Amino acid sequence: MALKHKTPMVDELMSGPWPSFVADIKRLAERKPQCDDLLGLLELSYRDKEGHWKHGGIVGVFGYGGGVIGRYCDRPDLFPNVAHFHTLRVNQPASKFYTTDVLRKLCDIWEEKGSGLFNFHGSTGDIILLGTTTDQLEPVFYDLTHELGMDLGGSGSNLRTPSCCVGRARCEWSCLDTQDLTYDLTMRYQDELHRPMFPYKFKFKVSGCPNDCVAAIARADCSIIGTWRDNIRIDQEAVRAYVGGELVPNGGAHGFEKRPLDIQAEVIDKCPTKCMEWDGKNLKIWDEECVRCMHCINVMPRALRPGEDVGATILVGAKAPILEGAQLSSVVIPFMKMEPPYEEFHEFVEKMWDWWMEHGKNRERLGELIQRLGMREFLKVTGLKPDPRMVNTPRYNPYIFFDPADVPGGWERDTKAFRERHQP
Amino acid sequence: MAQKVEFKGKVFEVDEDGFIQSFDQWCPEWVEFVKQSEGIEELTEGHWKVIHMLQDYYQKHGIAPMVRILTKVTGYKLKEIYELFPSGPGKGACKMAGLPKPTGCV
Repeated sequence: MALKHKTPMVDELMSGPWPSFVADIKRLAERKPQCDDLLGLLELSYRDKEGHWKHGGIVGVFGYGGGVIGRYCDRPDLFPNVAHFHTLRVNQPASKFYTTDVLRKLCDIWEEKGSGLFNFHGSTGDIILLGTTTDQLEPVFYDLTHELGMDLGGSGSNLRTPSCCVGRARCEWSCLDTQDLTYDLTMRYQDELHRPMFPYKFKFKVSGCPNDCVAAIARADCSIIGTWRDNIRIDQEAVRAYVGGELVPNGGAHGFEKRPLDIQAEVIDKCPTKCMEWDGKNLKIWDEECVRCMHCINVMPRALRPGEDVGATILVGAKAPILEGAQLSSVVIPFMKMEPPYEEFHEFVEKMWDWWMEHGKNRERLGELIQRLGMREFLKVTGLKPDPRMVNTPRYNPYIFFDPADVPGGWERDTKAFRERHQP
Repeated sequence: MAQKVEFKGKVFEVDEDGFIQSFDQWCPEWVEFVKQSEGIEELTEGHWKVIHMLQDYYQKHGIAPMVRILTKVTGYKLKEIYELFPSGPGKGACKMAGLPKPTGCV
């Protein structure tokens, strides 16, 4: 069937070597008129060099303040099938494990009640259902919750859908049960997830080890990254097997051929704190110097493993640039045991949120509030003790502003007595 | 795209999300008109308390209050506000109070 709109500029995107969303949408456009109009609208935007989606739009389902993002195009006269093209965010299962049955049902629901287009997954991790009309929102929501046991995710100024790496389900390095923690946070904070109450968005991301496969440190207001506080476990025999060329280094990630590992160049010299030594027979690690960069473990996964006393490092404040520039999370709790029922963590989170909700300006992320009011304030409200490991850039600024309450006598000085001891 | 709707002899200009185009058009009939599509059967004192608070704040500051201020001033927990206005403070309560559509970032 011929499509209604000619889209020569958009079609160019199909000419490269990679799969193209244009080809995907065209395939669906043969039976979904909104997909045809969607491409037509995009072509118009390319021609005019400006977007044709209106900003914002406020639609939703009863009981929830988030999860649906209103989209309207500003040329409904030309593209009536995308006059409404709302997006739904659907909370993905932890680590994104699905059965094919669920995926088929999801596709059926969305093809019937929406455009049939998905994003698997949006950058927060949700399944994104792209494009439906206002009258279909409640029916889709009903089907998701009643037929699939799925729920909407977060959008707007609320807790965004928590997400995690694959964790212990498939990864031997995971220092915590990332899926369990993600589920726990999702269920405990349902109110915060569905009913926007924060100054701005808030994201949790959980990585099982410092490889940080979900990039929690760069993307989450509160990053939970697995770590250990004892020693890296070493299998000396396996280290020798790597050096002797019996095992494939890097778990085969950089080529499957067996070759002798140049342990000095590829591991020892690459250690950021130079805390390792190889005497030709045995590997020695000074664990007190280790900064958990994971490099040695990644290169020799059969020989080295994280320690056994595991937990997580909690970092806060990452965000993309909006008000201030982009920022990575920084450490606030160097080590916390992460086992159910996670009470210590909940307590920390709730104190942090109370403070942010009280003092945060509209659209101010937690990291920006900490920048504005200071880390000292943040530590005070969360009841954390300052620790050298919280220092983000140790050589940058050596000054510390003490709280007057922590200094004997505060800032008051007897200048007269001082002058008796010191001439001007 | 503004559309006109008529209710009890009054004409309202609304946008695609059903918000009235300007606060000057607001009148109690508007609330009566919108309540059904907002999932509200009977208007109670609680509804009016929230609506009046939103209007007072808007007239003073020119914008809708943040959710935290709304809950603080009215004394309602956010959950109670959702019980009053099932589609929430932004979409439900602000629409009924005649405030301009909250611009949100997704």
